[in-house]
Amino acid sequence: MNPMRTTRTDSKLEKILAAGHLAVTSECGPPRGSDAELIKKKADLIKNHVDAINITDNQTSVTRLCSLASCIHLKLMGLEPVLQMVVRDRNRIALQSDILGAASFDIRNMLCLSGDHQKFGDCPQGQNVFDLDSMQLLQTVRQMRDQGKFLGGDEIKRPPRIFAGAAANPFADPFDIRVRRLAKKVAAGAEFIQTQCIYNLDRFEEWMKQVRDRGLHEKVYILAGLTPFKSAGMAKYMKNKVPGMDVPDEVVKRMAGVPKDKQAEEGLKICIESIQRLKEVEGVRGFHIMAIEWEEKVPEIVEKGGLYPRPDPAAL
Amino acid sequence: MIVADRKPIEEIIEYIKDANKVLIVGCNECVTVCEAGGKKEVGVLASALRMYFMNQGKDIKIDEVTLERQCDHEYLEEIRNIIDQYQAVVSLACGVGVQFMSEKYFQTPVFPGVNTCFMGVTEERGVWSERCQGCGQCILATTGGICPVSRCAKRLFNGPCGGSSKGMCEIGGEVPCAWQIIIDRLTALGRLDDYEKLAPIKDWSKERAGGPRKVVREDVRQ
Ligand code: SF4
Ligand code: SF4
Repeated sequence: MNPMRTTRTDSKLEKILAAGHLAVTSECGPPRGSDAELIKKKADLIKNHVDAINITDNQTSVTRLCSLASCIHLKLMGLEPVLQMVVRDRNRIALQSDILGAASFDIRNMLCLSGDHQKFGDCPQGQNVFDLDSMQLLQTVRQMRDQGKFLGGDEIKRPPRIFAGAAANPFADPFDIRVRRLAKKVAAGAEFIQTQCIYNLDRFEEWMKQVRDRGLHEKVYILAGLTPFKSAGMAKYMKNKVPGMDVPDEVVKRMAGVPKDKQAEEGLKICIESIQRLKEVEGVRGFHIMAIEWEEKVPEIVEKGGLYPRPDPAAL
Repeated sequence: MIVADRKPIEEIIEYIKDANKVLIVGCNECVTVCEAGGKKEVGVLASALRMYFMNQGKDIKIDEVTLERQCDHEYLEEIRNIIDQYQAVVSLACGVGVQFMSEKYFQTPVFPGVNTCFMGVTEERGVWSERCQGCGQCILATTGGICPVSRCAKRLFNGPCGGSSKGMCEIGGEVPCAWQIIIDRLTALGRLDDYEKLAPIKDWSKERAGGPRKVVREDVRQ
């Protein structure tokens, strides 16, 4: 685990991970309007229970207040944002420019993503960019940081000091290459990984075993992604309608087996049990809790998951 | 081949309704194969238009001709002697043919009769699908002969994305995931280790992004 243990940025998230603590991140989606109070309020609900807060970038291709501006709001509140950036909407000029913009506010974490196809959002007739892919964006961030150079080769004055992350979906098809794909992301420069929501714990553990077999858990910090179900309906929807999601039948049954007014509680229980089980998995370095429009429950999940209080990065 | 699809007849009527004499020009190449703009489709469109204008009590003369190709001077020259009689030409060639005709017969309005869609194959009669976007720097050698530029909805060079599900692309509509096919091919070729090589950042200047392209071959130029 040593190569990871030295920090390369001033990211609080990196510091906590490097100190060997289980990290906790969560995410907030920006509003569909220009009222920054909404994102600040969401952040306020969770700020004492997480180490860093991801801000989604026009998730599901629905136009929203931009991720970078939202991250700046968080930064100005003294919080630690993770800038999510998709390659769907920006070419390499805009991506590099936004990375510098983020760095100018000392935003220190970034998650490099492809982004959902625009077909799912409010502008299905729009153009998409995909000038780079998510792995090439990782390479770009790392080149800008480590070599202090733009993609074009010119020198960057005050290079961005950004802790570079990527997503991984242990469940998507084809399953055979899921670990190879992670290896590729690590080779491209990923330093931390936030996984897709995990409901099939057996399959996740099998993936983690393959990850360990290749020694990848020593090269990248893996944060296990979790999303609590609010209802049995949501569990069914995630199972049937969301591409790349693996929700086992027993989980759906468990949710449907309790009365409607108790389902939210059951969803939280499943989430907390998952944390307790996954904590024991070698190579899991933390949790990424995506409580979609349910941020107020994050503190409870973190506390009952035994992840509270959070370490003080200044003391590390 | 270049695959095109027929335009709605209402759109074509709108283009030509003020003309007295109209020439419909088919093309014997790709659009014949994809049954959008060959001799047969010229005949069908001409009859439909004649019928429509007759019902409207409009006297519009509609002639038909189908050229070997509309993307070569040689064949387009074949209509030089007759083209001046027409107030409008509807070309059922791909957008290339429509333009080449417009450039050559600068005084004659030439309208597109098809929607030009993509470069693709005939999967079976009546089903055509995309295979290439002419990106100017073919990378099929590294992707098991399957093109992620034209066949991955996000043109990922290091796919698949997280949305690939049971061999299908996240956009739905029965579109196969290009990266599933690439991986299946690499597996079949015993080259799955190649999958782990990071694909370099693409030089899009050879593609549309670089502006209109041209190939000049001095060795064959006359
Ligand atoms: S890589 Fe480029 S040239 Fe090759 S098939 Fe794909 S789009 Fe066409
Ligand atoms: S599902 Fe496959 S084809 Fe569709 S965008 Fe993702 S990688 Fe590309």
